Amino acid sequence: MSTAAEERSARAPWALTAPALMLFVGVLLIPLAMTVMLSFHDWGQYKGIEPVFILKNWREIATDSYYAEMFGRTFRIAILTTLLTAVLGAPEAYILNRMSGRWKSFFLLVILGPLLISVVARTLGWALLFGGNNGLVNKLMMSAGLIRSPIPFMFTETGMVVALAHVMMPFMVLSVWAALQRLDPQIENAALSLGASPVTIIRRIIMPQIMPGVLSGAIIVFSLSASAFATPAIIGGRRLKVAATLAYDEFLNTLDWPLGAAVATLLLVALVLIVVGSNALIERRYAEVFR
Amino acid sequence: MAYLELDRVAKQFGAQTVVDDFSLAVGKGEFISFLGPSGCGKTTTLQMIAGFLDPTRGVIRLEGKDLTAIHPAKRGLGIVFQSYALFPHMTAAENVAFGLEMRKVARGERAERVRAALAMVGLAGYEDRHPRRMSGGQQQRVALARALVIKPSVLLLDEPLSNLDAKLREEMQIELRQIQRTIGTTTILVTHDQNEAMSLSDRIVVMSQGRIEQIATPQETYERPASAFVSQFLGKTNDFAATIDRTSAPARLIAGSWSAPAPAGLSGPVTVSIRPERIGFGDAGLTAKIVTRIFQGNHWLFQCESECGPAIVIRQNDGQSQPVEGEAVRLAWRPEDMSVRGASA
Repeated sequence: MSTAAEERSARAPWALTAPALMLFVGVLLIPLAMTVMLSFHDWGQYKGIEPVFILKNWREIATDSYYAEMFGRTFRIAILTTLLTAVLGAPEAYILNRMSGRWKSFFLLVILGPLLISVVARTLGWALLFGGNNGLVNKLMMSAGLIRSPIPFMFTETGMVVALAHVMMPFMVLSVWAALQRLDPQIENAALSLGASPVTIIRRIIMPQIMPGVLSGAIIVFSLSASAFATPAIIGGRRLKVAATLAYDEFLNTLDWPLGAAVATLLLVALVLIVVGSNALIERRYAEVFR
Repeated sequence: MAYLELDRVAKQFGAQTVVDDFSLAVGKGEFISFLGPSGCGKTTTLQMIAGFLDPTRGVIRLEGKDLTAIHPAKRGLGIVFQSYALFPHMTAAENVAFGLEMRKVARGERAERVRAALAMVGLAGYEDRHPRRMSGGQQQRVALARALVIKPSVLLLDEPLSNLDAKLREEMQIELRQIQRTIGTTTILVTHDQNEAMSLSDRIVVMSQGRIEQIATPQETYERPASAFVSQFLGKTNDFAATIDRTSAPARLIAGSWSAPAPAGLSGPVTVSIRPERIGFGDAGLTAKIVTRIFQGNHWLFQCESECGPAIVIRQNDGQSQPVEGEAVRLAWRPEDMSVRGASA
């Protein structure tokens, strides 16, 4: 009697999670495994994909400097975007947190704004402002005599970083904001009463406590920027490829699926290693703040 | 001359007056409590002394100098917050050292003073603990050490014991009083707990709705409450409607079937207040019936229905037999144990 009930209760969690588990396996794990397997297949202009196990694609990525340059650019853009969002987003969250109710919700909406606009419209907006001689800002500044030639923005890494930082900012602000919520509301007064100046309060008291928020925001921004597709595709065009746009091109233009799969797999593995590694580092370093 | 002086201080938030006409002179080394229900303005007053809020009107002086003109970081006051507001990313020693560091105290002296401060609050050996690894009581001690290590001119305590459980609170009360006596720092405690205020303070400032109701020693506020609010707020009390009859000579104060020679001054309808432990059961006095009788270990608590309304009586558990529920009794007290106010007060 009791063993039957025990058996049933032991099976219940599996039975209850089975539908979600099957969905997870079916739409994520299997395609992922197939992509990894695909990266070891052969491909030729006239023979198409050959399901054999060779290291051709991986050797090509490892030896051809084009891929090193492209991955270098991908991570350089991701790191710069992360730095930019951290430098601007952390103070932004701090100011937002000190605002009174009505202004707070208004500016929260402003900060979330980029997420509410379609990526294409948002990115083309940047192009309208800075694109070549006809970009609004460039035109104005040139007619005002401030600059002689248009500020290069389209098809530059700077342009990609700025446009990415624009859309990634909400993730950083919200993440820092969450950390600020955990602060004792009297903590600044406590430091003040002990004789600390405003700068010291921010540097010694606030910063160390919101650092975990900045770092977890940085992980989100970094991984999203490194794997971003639409913004680099529009701003970078065909000239400045990043990992995501390259994989796309291999799949859909060259039709070299195995090589595209290898690029995508490498991007995924690199990102997982970076995120897991830095996460472990943060948790160790800020164990006391996280408790 | 008073050490710390508040002269007709007021604070308004928009149209709302939170503190009004607050005047108080604190002597050096004195332990003062601001006592009152939540929203009475006691914390606001403390924050004005600390400098986190600016008074709308009035002056705060420390040793004759205008304190409101001094930046909060330069006032040199020690503050213990209700939430302790310890720095969670620093160890206990680093927390305590922070104020000394801001004062640019040399490293050697700093370490020595931090060690001494932690030892004083009974936390020797806890230097390297982080606050979140400490119990509430220990965090409270760190907060106290952090406030005291800078040798503050005034120690401000904002409901520091309210987050502790009853037993720990009592222990901390005794310890707080001992530490304060030893180092002699002028201290202001904000509390809503009348027991805490009475057991710790030299004088209590009873506040209600932003105004001072009474400033007096704990004993005086309890025995001679200046207003109905004070007598209700500090411990249990019985208020009876009474009249002073000056038509007959000698004039008498009459409350139901209880009467006594009238005190000088008042006449007509008055209110008399008597503490429940000062009422006895006798052969004469107010007629009453015991409604409930509650045994509380060292004393009995009686709720009675008297001819002047409900009354509570506390009798020491001295081994004598006590009246039972439903029994008719007479309530009597000595005239010197009651306080008499005009009926409106």
